[in-house]
Amino acid sequence: MNGAAPQTHPSAGRVSCSRLALSGRQRTLLTAALAALALGVIVAAGVLLPDTRLATDLGARNQAPSLANPFGTDWLGRDMLTRTARGLTTSLALGMAAASVSALLALALGMAAATLGKAADAAVSWLIDLFLSVPHIVLLILISFAFGGGARGVIIGIVLTHWPALARIIRAEILALRGSEFVRVSRRLGRSNLHIATRHMFPHVFPQFLVGLILLFPHAILHEAAVTFLGFGLPPHEPAVGIILAEAMMHLSTGRWWLALFPGLALLAMVRAFDILGDNTRALLDPRTAHE
Amino acid sequence: MSLEARAVGFRYGSGPWVFRKFDITVGAGEMVGLLGPSGCGKTTLARLLAGHEDPREGRVLFDGAALPRAGYCPVQLVSQHPEHAVNPRWRMRDIMCEGWSMAEDTMEMLSIQPEWLDRYPSELSGGEIQRFCVARTLSPSTRILIADEMTTMLDAITQAQLWRAVRETVDQRGLGVLVVSHERALIDALCDRTVALEAADAPEP
Ligand SMILES: Nc1ncnc2c1ncn2[C@@H]1O[C@H](COP(=O)(O)OP(=O)(O)O)[C@@H](O)[C@H]1O
Ligand SMILES: [Mg+2]
Repeated sequence: MNGAAPQTHPSAGRVSCSRLALSGRQRTLLTAALAALALGVIVAAGVLLPDTRLATDLGARNQAPSLANPFGTDWLGRDMLTRTARGLTTSLALGMAAASVSALLALALGMAAATLGKAADAAVSWLIDLFLSVPHIVLLILISFAFGGGARGVIIGIVLTHWPALARIIRAEILALRGSEFVRVSRRLGRSNLHIATRHMFPHVFPQFLVGLILLFPHAILHEAAVTFLGFGLPPHEPAVGIILAEAMMHLSTGRWWLALFPGLALLAMVRAFDILGDNTRALLDPRTAHE
Repeated sequence: MSLEARAVGFRYGSGPWVFRKFDITVGAGEMVGLLGPSGCGKTTLARLLAGHEDPREGRVLFDGAALPRAGYCPVQLVSQHPEHAVNPRWRMRDIMCEGWSMAEDTMEMLSIQPEWLDRYPSELSGGEIQRFCVARTLSPSTRILIADEMTTMLDAITQAQLWRAVRETVDQRGLGVLVVSHERALIDALCDRTVALEAADAPEP
């Protein structure tokens, strides 16, 4: 009797435990897929909604949300849903360019710091601290301004301001790996630096890199919108969320609440979708659960 | 053919010396014991002898020359914690073949089951992983094996199997082995002679 009790207890606990873990993993996968789907819908809307909905239609100015114009229309009679979708698609494209280059920069500098010796490490670490000590948005505006504004200025600005956090993580990971026993063993078994970098280190930092890349998107998108909103980013004729929101500000006092509300909410929803996608991807790639 | 440490000393950073002026020789075909209490620096010395770390003073010589910096090192180390010595993202098959394409009889000698090969380290016990770590180092290119508390964490059956495999390799092709342990009984059972590692402070120059 006494011997049987501890026997059943842990095994019962393990069964429910593993069932929980499995459904948790499925839920993670589902959430990630839904977030990806939401982003796909935004892009599809931006690409598929016809240009005619953006034509000036003075007969349909300033209309509140309706079935034909779910987000309402602006003072030129343009459909706000179409403008928002176009704006978000622009944001996504800019964000993708900026986040990818930024993440690659982080990977290159992080790996350089960890493998090229003390001087390189000191230089990169100093750069990381320097960039992290200045508020993003200030640096971003300065750089964007210095490169002549517009899409190019914004992309360069975001690229140059967003790499340090990820670079720091990758540097720390690779430093830890270099001192790890299985890497030392590999070297003593006669394996080259190239083998160690590609077979041991890269697979280890890749998940971090991927998650870092996904989580850079919301940053890049929000900062692009903010800089554009403040007038230092994309020019007014571009379809950008920052432009839409800046224009809407001028019309808020007239009571046309839909001009700012829906584009703003859509922007937040997109950013949130990226956050969710990133967090769930991280959970999926976690080595403790990845083999299950 | 022998591994020789001449007047080696080591300290971590600017900390106290773990040991100084220590000499040891391991020749082909012999099993030498390195005995000392916990914390006296056995693991540190084992890592110097296998070239994982450079001594702060003195030299480690294999056949009269320094250990090679690149390429296969004729002195290999098996450590106490097998789970740290394998990449958690690799399957056992790849881990096993990192040093050499293993002969079937090595697998048999260490009772490595074929179905383990497709698993990840997290799906095997410490004893099962340690069999792979030993197998990985028993390549013909390995001339000296440093076994640092190799079986301390393992059950009696695994212990016996691992030591029998090492003993066989010693007898068959003259592998030299340094058995590092804090257990006198183990060393007495396995080794031809014993060297003691004293705790640090003694040799003030
Ligand atoms: N990485 C390290 N950094 C600083 N001190 C260490 C490190 N590793 C071991 N030591 C110290 O060196 C001494 C010897 O440790 P170790 O070689 O592991 O002894 P043993 O294997 O005989 O138990 C201990 O006092 C330990 O605290
Ligand atoms: Mg030890």
